[in-house]
Amino acid sequence: MDILNNLAMGFSIAASPYTLLLAVIGCFVGTIIGALPGLGPANGVALLIPISFSMGLDAIPALVLLTSVYYGAMYGGRISSILLNIPGDEPAMMTTLDGYPMAKQGKAGEALVVSGVASFVGAFVATIGLMIFAPYLARVAFKFGPAEYFALYMLAFCTLGGIGSNNQAKAAMAAAIGLGIAMIGLDKTTGMPRFTFGELHLQDGVDFLVAIVGLFAVAEVFFFIETHGKNSAIGVKLGKILVPWRMLKQTSGAMMRGTGIGFIAGVLPGAGASLGSFLAYTAEKSAARDKSQFGKGDPRGVAAPEAGNNSAAGGALVPMLTLGVPGSGTTAVLLALLLTLNITPGPLLFTERPEVVWSLIAALLIANIVLLLMNVPMVKVFVHILSVPAWILLPGVTMVAFVGIYSLTGSSFDMLMMVGFGVLGYIMRKLEIPTVPVILGILLGNAMEDNLRRAMVLSDGDWTFLFSSPIAVGLWIAAVLGFIAPIFLRQFLKKPPLPETEPKVGD
Amino acid sequence: MIRGDRIFGAVMIVLALGYILTASRIGTSFMSDPVGPRVFPYMVAGVIILCSVSMILRPDPDAEWPAGPMLLQLGIAFAALIGYAFAIKPLGFILPTVIVAGILSWQIGGRPMRAAISGIGLGIGLFVLFRVILGLGLRGLPAGWGF
Repeated sequence: MDILNNLAMGFSIAASPYTLLLAVIGCFVGTIIGALPGLGPANGVALLIPISFSMGLDAIPALVLLTSVYYGAMYGGRISSILLNIPGDEPAMMTTLDGYPMAKQGKAGEALVVSGVASFVGAFVATIGLMIFAPYLARVAFKFGPAEYFALYMLAFCTLGGIGSNNQAKAAMAAAIGLGIAMIGLDKTTGMPRFTFGELHLQDGVDFLVAIVGLFAVAEVFFFIETHGKNSAIGVKLGKILVPWRMLKQTSGAMMRGTGIGFIAGVLPGAGASLGSFLAYTAEKSAARDKSQFGKGDPRGVAAPEAGNNSAAGGALVPMLTLGVPGSGTTAVLLALLLTLNITPGPLLFTERPEVVWSLIAALLIANIVLLLMNVPMVKVFVHILSVPAWILLPGVTMVAFVGIYSLTGSSFDMLMMVGFGVLGYIMRKLEIPTVPVILGILLGNAMEDNLRRAMVLSDGDWTFLFSSPIAVGLWIAAVLGFIAPIFLRQFLKKPPLPETEPKVGD
Repeated sequence: MIRGDRIFGAVMIVLALGYILTASRIGTSFMSDPVGPRVFPYMVAGVIILCSVSMILRPDPDAEWPAGPMLLQLGIAFAALIGYAFAIKPLGFILPTVIVAGILSWQIGGRPMRAAISGIGLGIGLFVLFRVILGLGLRGLPAGWGF
């Protein structure tokens, strides 16, 4: 009953006309961001955080807006996967395998409807899962002391890096760079400046919004110029949009299985939506009695990964809200948002700020319904927007990134730093060093050091204290496994190569 | 010839050593703890050095790096963005945005006319969106020129 009472409270806050309007705007903008090749949910949310702050939104409306963008982008990613054979973001990659062949057979409309419904099923069920499981996990998290938190952060870095990269050294390097940047500023315990080089701007540390927008959005600009904005025009005709009931019935099993697999992948710290959609697709294919149509336009191959990635997106919110440890790149960005709003995720969030948690959950449920309405009957609108040429789109995105940071901090220094992060992000991506651990390092660095130092105070400098409780030992073992396992599992987990894109009109 | 990973690794080792040197000079105050403000930065730099050594000894196959004209293009984009960071405060939003958006648009689309239209459109359009519709505190024109 508790859950229903809480949910009612959440709806009473989130269902005001103003927040509903924000949810609709967020869903719309998010779907566009997700659909545009190159811009994923992490970039989208990162771009909009500074702007929502400059608009002076309160905590709950800002959360509603940005989580709607997050879910919207997860829905939108499939549109360009199906129509252009270019995933709008990484989790939508698996959708290209069967979605684009369906579109080539003139079934683009059906593919979009099936994948839209699958996205809804995945995200909606995952939000209910979040509602049920998060409070339990929050209760477990109450047993966490500084040693356990330190181990938990290690786990997050190990799994996020381990899965996100093909080279463990590079993943660890990325996390260490982030942690190193986090040390800039005043030391909390002693008040001594560290790594500020006498620069006043650095006393407060490096603003993670500057780093996020730089690493994601500005780096994208350099990449885009290098590739000259290829593939920016629509490749196939949409065809009629009718709801294919028979196809929906035929794929309902795939949707449910994809949802379950995706949710588990999302809850595991670091795994995230890409793994969710990958596992959902592979599981569906290996479970199918008739595999011959997979890769040639099987609707189950569209339904399973879409349910999987959207369900993983909801699942990733569980560790983010209860432990303060994000399960994916985008939840890392959302964590930044919460911290900036002075909301500290963790077990206390559920008891001290229940209105935040439950209005967020209510908003997610509302956003899903809005997104279903937008993404099935209104999908044509987004298809038109996809044909905006890159030479307008990319300068626009860049300028939005600058406006966001400028109107938030008003400082040229921060904008220069943002460009610097853009260059760093470009070089790192060229070298295949993942950038998400850098963000995570900047976000969690101070808390990680804080917990280490508190653990040392409690134990009077005895380092074995870090391994002294069963929970801590369990987390350390999981961290080591999470870091090492991908080396051995890589051959099984290998991502399929991106399908060859055909030349498009307008190249 | 694999160079990218090795160069990055070498640069990171130098930076990490500099980081350690800087960390060693962090002052301590009367209130400190068993760990102090220096140990965590040392640990971080240690991890960076280990990873750098691994990248130097076992580099991945090299990516294709931009050269010649493409490097120049990226340099232009970089310079334009740096210039934008300095210009937006004294010159207001519209003028620098028109110029920088135009430059980026020209780099991607390649046609001056289209770039000019996209620059002007974005400069004015985004100003209207952010200032008028969203109500952000942006100044449109240089100080003393009105809005």
